[in-house]
Amino acid sequence: MGSVKAELLRLWKWPATWVLIGVWLVMSLTFGYLFNYLALNGGTNTRDLSQQQLISAMQPENVGAAVVRGLPMFGGAIILVLAALAIGSGYGWGTWKTTLTAGPRRISAMAGTLGALAIIVVILVTLTLVVNFGAAVTVASLEGWDWSLPGTVLFEQLAASLLVAAMWTGFGVFLGVVTKGPALAVGLGLMWAIVTENLLRGVGSLLGPVESLTKVLPGGSAGNLAGAVGGSGAPGVLNDLSGTTAALFLVGYVVFFLGAATLLKVRRDLV
Amino acid sequence: MIVTTEKLTKRYGDRAVVDEVSLSVRRGEVYGFLGPNGAGKTTTIRMLLGLVKPTSGTARVLGEAPGTPKALLKVGSLIEGPGFYPYLSGRDNLRVHAHRRGVGKTHVEAALEQVDLVGAANEKFRRYSLGMKQRLGVAAALLGQPELLILDEPTNGLDPAGMADMRDLVRALAAQGQTVLLSSHLLGEVEEICDRVGVISNGKLVAESTVEQLRGDTVLLIKADPIEKAHVLIEGSSLHGDVLHVRETDAGALVRTLVHADVDVQEVRPLRRTLEEVFFEMTGVA
Repeated sequence: MGSVKAELLRLWKWPATWVLIGVWLVMSLTFGYLFNYLALNGGTNTRDLSQQQLISAMQPENVGAAVVRGLPMFGGAIILVLAALAIGSGYGWGTWKTTLTAGPRRISAMAGTLGALAIIVVILVTLTLVVNFGAAVTVASLEGWDWSLPGTVLFEQLAASLLVAAMWTGFGVFLGVVTKGPALAVGLGLMWAIVTENLLRGVGSLLGPVESLTKVLPGGSAGNLAGAVGGSGAPGVLNDLSGTTAALFLVGYVVFFLGAATLLKVRRDLV
Repeated sequence: MIVTTEKLTKRYGDRAVVDEVSLSVRRGEVYGFLGPNGAGKTTTIRMLLGLVKPTSGTARVLGEAPGTPKALLKVGSLIEGPGFYPYLSGRDNLRVHAHRRGVGKTHVEAALEQVDLVGAANEKFRRYSLGMKQRLGVAAALLGQPELLILDEPTNGLDPAGMADMRDLVRALAAQGQTVLLSSHLLGEVEEICDRVGVISNGKLVAESTVEQLRGDTVLLIKADPIEKAHVLIEGSSLHGDVLHVRETDAGALVRTLVHADVDVQEVRPLRRTLEEVFFEMTGVA
């Protein structure tokens, strides 16, 4: 418990935490509401979306879909960066040696970091929901739409959002531990999340086995889960796998990333 | 014994960074771990803290295996410079550390007071001078009143005033009965502060004793005329040019002997090897 408190205190007071969360919220509002609102009110190009689709995307009852659709790619990349920085920076600052000589077992110290990161990620998803809901209500009020609260599907969408966020967190943690630094971890992570999987999807249109593989890669699984719970209409969201299959792959990635990172942390010398 | 190691060894490939080191640190003493840069001091200390696993050999810290919570909670350490979050204040950094060590706020304030950092406790760590950073490192090491303090090169990078401050701090802790394992390559520092010394060179412990024992017996230098007569009169003396060296502590008796034999005594003074000379001799560093 002491390790979680310690990690939470330092992550809470870390400007990078709030800068990244802030950037994500601004991106989420801009792409989820601002651009759609402008397109609805005099935009010349509505990206092949009908007015009805734009209105539906901004309805408060669809806020869960708005949250989950952003996470497979851009939101995920930001979460990955946060996790990679949180873990990797400790090697450069020398704080891992301070942490690992403080008293708790290495596994407890690692659990503390993961626990605190989990809390920060839950806060990020919750803030995304709250801010998006506020934006949706504002748009609905401005436009004079009748609106209603989200149904129980919201819980499914939030659970999916948390699972996707957990996977990207795990990926960032894994990269931070493997590379023992923030720069390479962030670089590799961003390249994977934004570039590599998209390139593979391009190659997949030529090679069948690669196409099958892309569906179950970390970003692909996240995109498929988002698609399965109604989050379609954003980059990275797919509709190739069932929600259950995608969720199982994501759970597998979370277990693998966090398990491998913890094992490395526990066994490797800190020199 | 607070710390014991038995043939502690760490190899990276074929290279033994620490080679069968057997040392012991007693309760209440300031133990100087002396060696040139790259001799294996930090690796040994990292093994004592469980950060690095030994290739072979054993170590016990306060009767426990190194790196276990039971051992770590009784040890405070500062290894190769302080590792803190640059964006947090000194106080917040200590609060983070205190959570990990399971101690409360009062310990944080006491530690800040002990290293004289209360006035700067709310400043960001990245704005601290090197000396303040080192002192914060010592404050973190003191959290939870550890039985053993391990300080690895605590004066590294400090200006002379900072070094003097750090030495005073270690001396004050030692005066309170704190056991300290102080690693350093600064001989003056070790000579001034430490009760016992372990000298490590190329991964091997080449000596372990008190500073006095390490320097060896005091030699008397005698300048007299005629020097050859004095050489014959003083048994066990050795002639070095126009002076004699003799392992003898009763200088008065020696002078009386020479004066009664009509030898003109011009100079008598103790000739002590410095720790530096002993160190260079042992480590082959010049």
